[in-house]
Amino acid sequence: MTWLWSNLDLVGELIVVHLALSVPAIILSFVVSVPIGWLAHRYRWSRGVLLSLCGLLYAIPSVALLIALPVVTGQGVRSPLNLVVALTLYGIAVIVRTSADAFDSVERDIRQSATAIGYSEVGRFWGVELPLAGPVLLSGLRVVIVSTVSLATIGAVIGVQSLGSLFTDGFQRGIQAEVITGVVATIALALVLDALAVLGGRLLMPWTRSAIAIGRAGAGTPAKQARAA
Amino acid sequence: MNLLLDAIAWIVDPANWTGPGSIPLRIWEHLWVAALVLVIASAIALPIGMLIGHTGRGKQFAVMTSGGLRALPTLGALTLFGLWLGIGLPAPVIALVILAIPPLLAGAYAGFESVDRRTIDAARAVGMNEPQVVGKVELPLSLPIVVGGIRSASLQIIATAILAAYIADFGLGRPIFEGLRTRDYGEMLGASILVIILALVVDGAFALAQRLAVPAGVRANRTRELRSRPARPRAILGQPINEGNQQ
Repeated sequence: MTWLWSNLDLVGELIVVHLALSVPAIILSFVVSVPIGWLAHRYRWSRGVLLSLCGLLYAIPSVALLIALPVVTGQGVRSPLNLVVALTLYGIAVIVRTSADAFDSVERDIRQSATAIGYSEVGRFWGVELPLAGPVLLSGLRVVIVSTVSLATIGAVIGVQSLGSLFTDGFQRGIQAEVITGVVATIALALVLDALAVLGGRLLMPWTRSAIAIGRAGAGTPAKQARAA
Repeated sequence: MNLLLDAIAWIVDPANWTGPGSIPLRIWEHLWVAALVLVIASAIALPIGMLIGHTGRGKQFAVMTSGGLRALPTLGALTLFGLWLGIGLPAPVIALVILAIPPLLAGAYAGFESVDRRTIDAARAVGMNEPQVVGKVELPLSLPIVVGGIRSASLQIIATAILAAYIADFGLGRPIFEGLRTRDYGEMLGASILVIILALVVDGAFALAQRLAVPAGVRANRTRELRSRPARPRAILGQPINEGNQQ
């Protein structure tokens, strides 16, 4: 505890840096994945290709990806930009399948009714499909939030500052309190962002308020839950 | 592109293929520890997950554990165990086991839960006892999902085993950290490429295993054409006999 009190400034600073790394990655991966997921849902033939390509991203080890990315981005190995790109790629790998499932979860009858009362294809997407896919999308987003915040610490081993720096620094100098602080701060940050996402979901999707527990479980079969895990 | 050439030069350099710390040795270490971790984690997580899926009790525990452990940063766990247990293999093995438990638990639990209740009731109705229901019905039917859990666990272990080199002299992470210290980008990238290939190969092998894990009976059911026509000419039968999949 004494270590924490005398280093509050450092921890606060690292939390800000950590947010600056993980929040853009979370938002980017969500924004990129929703259209990909919709394509996989809309065009059956593309589903296998898109989902396995994105699954392949997940198979690339994070440290290896961080080192290999500069070849593509042209940035230095220690550039925070590489980390954001890597985290975004992992985010996409995690959420694309869920977002395809999310659009699948909208019932065919509802889609047909929307067309019947005069929705255009575009209007139907924004007005009907996207809101109804919302709860499942949110469940995918929550997985991405937690795993991205946790994964961002990996950058510390190659010298990108984040809450992970508390692990490497604490390990090198043998300060147990510093490592524990890092672990607790990372988990806390993940939980806070997760809670914000849930709150945002309630505000944006008031109709799910009673059914939030269902949306949380991935709104689907156990197999879907397993994939999300 | 120069960076890539450096990396390839490091990989094909004959000096890196013999002696202590050679590439084949590093790959062997990497796979060996990954397998050890997988066995330990499976021994812990699979029976618990199967029990939860079979009985339906403790569902909350499975969901919480597999979701909650995800927030735990592996690097943090690794360094913490490193401080407690010192330099060497025990710390990374424990950290990796903790990392591998959530996907294994989720796979086993979700797999068992996904088996149709009517199928289980039918198995009991024809006189199977509990061990038979588990071994002959639930396990084969859930195998693709259980193997899926093992697949994602092994992938994470192989990926994260790089970090183990941070506190122990072993695996393909070693040349990565060595290159980081000596600013030898070719070595770092070369070793990274090897890990990526290793991960993709292992993932591909498990993807195949997942496909093969579908029980033969279930696979037959998927091909719709099977027995869509009566095996014998109708004229002889007089009345169609309800055969197999025929409705």
